[in-house]
Amino acid sequence: MTQPALTHADYRLSQLDELEAESIHIFREVAAEFEKPVLMFSGGKDSIVMMRLAEKAFYPAKLPFPVLQVDTGFDFPEVLATRDSWVSRLGVRLVVASVEQAISDGVVVDDGKTSRNRLQIGTLLHVIEDEGFTAAFGGGRRDEEKARAKERVYSHRDEFGQWDPKNQRPELWNLYNGRIAPGEHMRVFPLSNWTELDIWHYIGQEQIEIPVIYYSHRRHVVERDGMLLSAGDHLPLHRGEEPVERTVRFRTVGDMTLTGCVESDAGTVDQIIEEIAVARVTERGATRGDDRFSEAAMEDRKREGYF
Amino acid sequence: MTQSVPVSAPEADAPDLARPTMDLLRFATAGSVDDGKSTLIGRLLLDSKAIFEDQLEAVERTSVSKGFDYTDLALLTDGLRSEREQGITIDVAYRYFATPKRKFIIADTPGHVQYTRNMVTGSSTADLGLVLVDARQGLTEQSRRHAVLLSLLRVPHLVLAVNKMDLVGYDQQIYERIQAEFTAFATKLTIPDLTVIPISALKGDNVVNRSEHMPWYSGQSLLHHLENVHVASDRDLVDARLPVQYVVRPKSDAFHDYRGYAGQIAGGVLKPGDEVLVLPSGMTSRVAGIDLHTTEITEAFPPMSVTVRLEDDVDVSRGDMICRPQNAPNPSQDIDAMVCWMVPQPMRARQKLAIKHTTRIGRALVKELQYRLDVNSLHRDQEASELGLNEIGRVQLRTTVPLLCDPYAQNRTTGSFILVDEATGVTVGAGMINSGN
Ligand SMILES: Nc1nc2c(ncn2[C@@H]2O[C@H](COP(=O)(O)OP(=O)(O)O)[C@@H](O)[C@H]2O)c(=O)[nH]1
Repeated sequence: MTQPALTHADYRLSQLDELEAESIHIFREVAAEFEKPVLMFSGGKDSIVMMRLAEKAFYPAKLPFPVLQVDTGFDFPEVLATRDSWVSRLGVRLVVASVEQAISDGVVVDDGKTSRNRLQIGTLLHVIEDEGFTAAFGGGRRDEEKARAKERVYSHRDEFGQWDPKNQRPELWNLYNGRIAPGEHMRVFPLSNWTELDIWHYIGQEQIEIPVIYYSHRRHVVERDGMLLSAGDHLPLHRGEEPVERTVRFRTVGDMTLTGCVESDAGTVDQIIEEIAVARVTERGATRGDDRFSEAAMEDRKREGYF
Repeated sequence: MTQSVPVSAPEADAPDLARPTMDLLRFATAGSVDDGKSTLIGRLLLDSKAIFEDQLEAVERTSVSKGFDYTDLALLTDGLRSEREQGITIDVAYRYFATPKRKFIIADTPGHVQYTRNMVTGSSTADLGLVLVDARQGLTEQSRRHAVLLSLLRVPHLVLAVNKMDLVGYDQQIYERIQAEFTAFATKLTIPDLTVIPISALKGDNVVNRSEHMPWYSGQSLLHHLENVHVASDRDLVDARLPVQYVVRPKSDAFHDYRGYAGQIAGGVLKPGDEVLVLPSGMTSRVAGIDLHTTEITEAFPPMSVTVRLEDDVDVSRGDMICRPQNAPNPSQDIDAMVCWMVPQPMRARQKLAIKHTTRIGRALVKELQYRLDVNSLHRDQEASELGLNEIGRVQLRTTVPLLCDPYAQNRTTGSFILVDEATGVTVGAGMINSGN
């Protein structure tokens, strides 16, 4: 069961080992200092890397906290399959908060105008309050866009689940201030210092199981607003739209009706890394339908506790 | 089942080639407004291809809408909306880029005096400090303050980038005068490694590639220096320190008697078989094994996160420290430290605060403010009765629990702490323990 011992010539860690050590330290600090942590699992590659890091942080014990998924009702089946595979392998409790359920319970109002992402915010904040979670691990990375460059590892949220700049604390050394008042919670980002390429190098190094749709595959797609969306009953066709089969892959996996894929032959992690290193478009800018706001919109969504 | 690995020199293990051998450098940047810091960072990101097209397009859109006729690289690095309107940057922004040799994390801290707290924050984890000066102005009060703060935070490497050389005709004398002046100033501080590089952030001279306009400069370009500066030996590899974060007790059949103490190595090199001392209890034992997930490792050093198993059934919990009998921190409730105050509400004697040191939390009483340090002149104001926002002073604290301290000069992890306001929960101070006690 034990692998060969590791030695390091001049006491130098690779940057991935150092990022891993930092993230594991964060998981352990939160598990030690917070009453009820939870790991927010979207099924995406970042939240899966978080699962792997949490696994390492507490091995050979199980994760000392549950995993939470906000079910939009429009998740890719491949993503749900990977979620279940991880949950069963780690033997961790899965809490699923359904947006549909939240709507029918009147927790969030679907007035036809609010985007599905906004409904997710209400559902998420409700389940955090309902279950009494005091810390929620998120897979957000500072490198994703400019609005996150100043984000803390411990991001304070008030009783309304809102991010208020004046409540955020300076973070020095590896000392995190986890003090919160009742009703407040901490959003924790263990992957703050990871870039998209770091995530992929780590997936390759650890042979991490991720949803197959990250890799190139044949799929019927519809071209809409310059994006390739996955065809299916979840996506009613507009006039003149004709699904066509292409070899594609998803750079991010979110809501099936909003998340575009890209034409790609990248079937392995190394090929994906090569494709990303060359890619000239960030993961959020091109393939997230509802991310096509101005930069300020990302800040507004953060203020409301979306990420 | 974990079995104890025979404690013998490991034969030549095949180096794990799968892992990229890139290592990591964290550097803090500082400069007065308009010295060119954002332009420099924008260029480093651009030239290292870290900027993806849509961020570049966003910048070009914003630059044009602001009436600029060129891509204002600085806009790439601004974040919060309110700042963009004022065109200034508040708070510490972290940026990432990499070359095949090394990954970089930049702590970009705004320049002016009322952001000393951000500079202290950004420098706390920095291996290197990059101070920018405008060649036309030379050293300013701010550049001296930045050097003082980097020295106070014990940042091991410092680079002075003399920027906008293109505006002074790439004049060697101007560069050498600034270099001489700064080097002289630095001798009063503790800056073990200083490099002065003439650059033009806008034109790119000596940023990524050597400049043809400055043949008289024989040193490396900025990026080449950042890629090669040696950081592995900056860490304290002498004093074994493992602050215990979390006790791992699986209570599962497969591991029913497994008991491991998990934490991030803060100092020294720990090996299976080492005799260890657990503080504050004073119990001694031996390392039975060191686990890194499913791997048993033969040596653990900073900043590895590991789980240590001990031979004896010793009572160890979070907040304890595993160290060596002949080399241990001294438990103390009287702390003498330099403190940087980070909130408008000033710090006064008799004030009570929460204190966090490594994995230990306690309460602290401010016994005395010995002096306030003027970070520009290094003058010590003994009459000062309080410490205001962005001010630094020497403080005597009394804590409710003994802290397992080392001097900050010896170990930046076991020599530092944060002070937290018990009412608001906000971090109000950052402390660096002096060598005195
Ligand atoms: N000529 C010249 N201008 C520069 C150079 N670096 C920056 N600038 C200009 O100086 C101004 C301030 O630069 P900026 O990066 O915003 O400074 P910051 O406030 O330190 O971030 C901008 O107009 C830049 O284009 C340089 O090396 N040469």
